[in-house]
Amino acid sequence: MELLAFGKTGWGDELFYATLMTIAVSITAMLVGFFFALIFTPLKLSKYKTLNLVGNFYTTVIRGVPELLVIYLFFFGGSGAIMYVASIFGYYEYIEINAFITGSMAIGIISGAYSTEVFRGAIQSIDKGQFEAAKVLGINRFGQFYKIILPQMLRLAIPNLSNVWQITLKDTSLISVTGLVEIMRQSYIAAGSTRDPLFFYSFAAVLYLLLTYVSMKLINKLEVRYSRGY
Amino acid sequence: MDLDLMITSFPKLLGATVVTLKLLSASLFFGLFLGLFFAILRLNKNIFINKFAYGYSYIFRGTPLLVQIFIIYFGLGQIEYLRTTFLWVILKEPYWCAIIAFTLNTGAYTSEILRSAFQTIKPGIIEAGKSLGISNKIIFYKIQIPIAIRQSLPAYGNEIILMMKGTSLASTVTLMDLTGVAKYIISTTFKPIEVFIVAGGIYLFMTFIIHNVIKYLEKKYSFQQ
Repeated sequence: MELLAFGKTGWGDELFYATLMTIAVSITAMLVGFFFALIFTPLKLSKYKTLNLVGNFYTTVIRGVPELLVIYLFFFGGSGAIMYVASIFGYYEYIEINAFITGSMAIGIISGAYSTEVFRGAIQSIDKGQFEAAKVLGINRFGQFYKIILPQMLRLAIPNLSNVWQITLKDTSLISVTGLVEIMRQSYIAAGSTRDPLFFYSFAAVLYLLLTYVSMKLINKLEVRYSRGY
Repeated sequence: MDLDLMITSFPKLLGATVVTLKLLSASLFFGLFLGLFFAILRLNKNIFINKFAYGYSYIFRGTPLLVQIFIIYFGLGQIEYLRTTFLWVILKEPYWCAIIAFTLNTGAYTSEILRSAFQTIKPGIIEAGKSLGISNKIIFYKIQIPIAIRQSLPAYGNEIILMMKGTSLASTVTLMDLTGVAKYIISTTFKPIEVFIVAGGIYLFMTFIIHNVIKYLEKKYSFQQ
């Protein structure tokens, strides 16, 4: 137990901050994912074949390729890509992006592909009459989406989004390969310096279980809230 | 775009695909039996057996696969007693450690898929079997299991694809699978995009094949014939 003490003698405080880092990366990645879903869901639902193709390309490629490979692409290719863009604007110095940004972008793009599928499914399962009724009532397009479609869609989407959240949370463990100090990386460091990998990796597993358990409980509450009236 | 690199790295990556496929098929094979075993335990009326099976699937579905591999590969070697038993022959090999971790992981997901499939079987079907005088054992093996397998095909197809992506984690325990070799080529040439296109293409091709095989099986064994 003294291994987990807070302060200089134990790894308690380090692991605590690492857990906060995991939560921060997961939330950022989830939000980045929503942003991508916001772009690609309309593309997938569009009536134009070319736009459909772009949307399908994104979700198929990301969901068919291992997360680790995507992370390696971002880790090794990220700063190169930024530097290339910068060179167009006449900036030739070396640019290094930090591991947090690379990691949450990579995981965000992955989580975005899953969110896109969830939103697409949710919108498609809303009765067509709802769209038509909103139109007939003379509600403008903005109001149609935010007041009529979105609230109904969220109710249908939340259970599946909770799965996406779980996947995203677990995927953040893979960012440890880029050196970002989250739960997995911190356990790796602790295991290396104390030569007690069994304890620290098991403890990491407990931390992840705790995170998934707590977030499950919170999402269930959200689900109840959005199902009022049903 | 470095086309030469793409062409020269293709055979290397294809060779590594064999490792990926071996890992995948071994873990799916063992995982299916493990999943079936735990699904049956989940349906048991004894609360302890039931909770035990639930705990297994909860733990393995609630933690990242990476943690599971690390516990088995780095963690178990620490137990002195294990080193003296014959298990050590298996556990010192990263290849077998990866397969054990993947098997336990996919077993947990498979048990959930099969359990829900068993629960959706209409009671009328089992009652029909009973009224025909078929023994409980045969009802289970000849009626419930085939229906459950058909029922769980779409979900199991997803699980196969997830597991195929999961095998990429074998590269973190020094195995040179498709992702491992891709990472090696990227880190020596610093051409991530080219290698990603080739390696990603191979993964996508495998996803495509798995997807279509499952679709074919679904159609072949559909109830409306």
